[in-house]
Amino acid sequence: MSLLSVDSLSTQYPGAAGTVRAVDGVSLEIAEGETVALVGESGCGKSTLGKSLMRLVTPSSGRVRFQGRDVTAMSSKELQLIRRSVQMIFQDPFASLNPRQTIRTILTAPLAVHGVSGRKRREAIAAQMVEHVGLPADALDRFPHEFSGGQRQRIGIARALILQPQLVICDEPVSALDLSIQAQILNLLVEMKTELSLSYLFISHDLSVVRYFADRVLVMYLGRIVESASTSDLWRGAKHPYTQALLAAVPDPSRRKQAAPITGDLPSPHNPPAGCRFHTRCPLATDICRTEDPTFRQLADGHAVACHHAQ
Amino acid sequence: MAALLDVRDLSVRFPSAEPVKGVSFTANPGEMLAIVGESGSGKSLTALALMGLLPRQARAGGQIAFDGSDLLSLRERDLRRIRGRDIAMIFQEPMTSLNPVLTIGDQIVEVLRIHEDLSRRHARARAIELLELVSIPEPARRIDDYPHQLSGGMRQRVMIAIAVACNPKLLIADEATTALDVTIQAQVLQLLDNLRVKLNMAVILITHDLGIVAQWADRVVVMYAGRKIEEGFPGPVFDTPYHPYTRGLLAASPRLKADYHYSDGPLSEIPGSIVSASGEKGCSFRPRCPVARPACAFAVPELLSVSAERQVACPYVPVLSEVAHVAPVGR
Repeated sequence: MSLLSVDSLSTQYPGAAGTVRAVDGVSLEIAEGETVALVGESGCGKSTLGKSLMRLVTPSSGRVRFQGRDVTAMSSKELQLIRRSVQMIFQDPFASLNPRQTIRTILTAPLAVHGVSGRKRREAIAAQMVEHVGLPADALDRFPHEFSGGQRQRIGIARALILQPQLVICDEPVSALDLSIQAQILNLLVEMKTELSLSYLFISHDLSVVRYFADRVLVMYLGRIVESASTSDLWRGAKHPYTQALLAAVPDPSRRKQAAPITGDLPSPHNPPAGCRFHTRCPLATDICRTEDPTFRQLADGHAVACHHAQ
Repeated sequence: MAALLDVRDLSVRFPSAEPVKGVSFTANPGEMLAIVGESGSGKSLTALALMGLLPRQARAGGQIAFDGSDLLSLRERDLRRIRGRDIAMIFQEPMTSLNPVLTIGDQIVEVLRIHEDLSRRHARARAIELLELVSIPEPARRIDDYPHQLSGGMRQRVMIAIAVACNPKLLIADEATTALDVTIQAQVLQLLDNLRVKLNMAVILITHDLGIVAQWADRVVVMYAGRKIEEGFPGPVFDTPYHPYTRGLLAASPRLKADYHYSDGPLSEIPGSIVSASGEKGCSFRPRCPVARPACAFAVPELLSVSAERQVACPYVPVLSEVAHVAPVGR
């Protein structure tokens, strides 16, 4: 049984210019111990999808099941219990840490909320966690501003892991960090995954990082998943023209001064193109792409794609 | 070929710190030079010093020879004539560099009218040409748009149009594509490179992205904690990095093409962070360096010239013992 299973999930934002279907009928599964990456450009709905899973944003339709239990139909009390098992790590650790709280308060608060009794016990767990994520022992009495970006992300990770979750949703956890720090944090996340048998949903725009970090990759474009494959299959042969363009757009020494792989801007999510949403930028687009929405179909075992022309 | 820009021993001092500590480099006409470094390396302050746009409390030292004049000794009035006409700059976030209450046309026309003797009508016609030059579709219609009506990529194209309005000899792009999506970033970099050729303009790319440097730069300067620690052509620098920092940085970056997965083992790390360099008497990379020796704590290592184009600020690079002429070139 998969740990998390999402079925035709949609999330809409109302707005003056009309409703935006930020997530539009997305289905996915995350198995126990698996790292699934969700990649795409800004506005594709990847962060909204991440937030919709635990109803930080309320989905408009579809189902989310965690360990077989329907999260979308839960009362707020049940939801709180489930949230203990599903935690989040955000891009900007500074914005997600209260500047007026010490690390001790930041780390013990989730324990108190989720009913771990005894202040001494909570502080002991926090002290252990601080050591676990590679922060100095005196970190507990300090404030977020006293730490560097990489150390702040370690605090964010400690806070997410302190309740011993099973699934951690990481939303661009290393994009704000310098390259030399990025490797430290990625290694820490891998270490924690192995030690605590975690599963990750890893939301990222950085394909080089995804290549290293993920077991499976979902590619999103304008609210839809357009390709799903194991990391090795995707790098052996991406099938969707959008995935191919994304991979070809990553700056790389082997492509000295080469032309950009696709032209044109991302269409507005307010008014996505009819037919295949990628047809306005697609080098393979034909008439059928302009009128008919491609279904998400299995090309090979574990490799699915939403494209009329992919083979 | 005489260098267009010759920076000698540039330093930037604040009352409490010296974030740029004597940096020298040159840029040739029509060349794409990359200055790469992490936050705190001093790369952005170096760029601001070239433009004469340092914060008020900051003092610049050294020399910046540009096209025959020393920018650091010019009066503000003379500098203003060069800035925006001969040297232009674009920044990371085009939305904060553009005026939200003026149309993009007004903002291009303003630059043209300040630096060139053009009538309003001619300036507008020239602005449309410039929008076309940066590949904005339907330029005659878009010229009356306000910045918020454009996408992030289009706004950066408008910034580029303003920057190249007076055919500058040097364009400084400070993390100009960092905020853009990867498919749009590729388009903007390609545009900058096309303009570099078309206008025979030198471009200085200030970036933290090694992939961009490797794909687009003609030459690269690597900075760490306010100093240049390595320089060379991107091919050799990325194939055989000399400085332990450059080596560490390349080893730590997950590569798109590399067949390396977390199940194969951890990424190589550079321990600590750049903060640990502050207050260091000797080599500022010493606290994080895997090959540091006791001597590294006492003196800042000199820049060594390994070949005509290659410099490194570390005496303990294995290759140095095999090179016949290693000459110190200062710091």
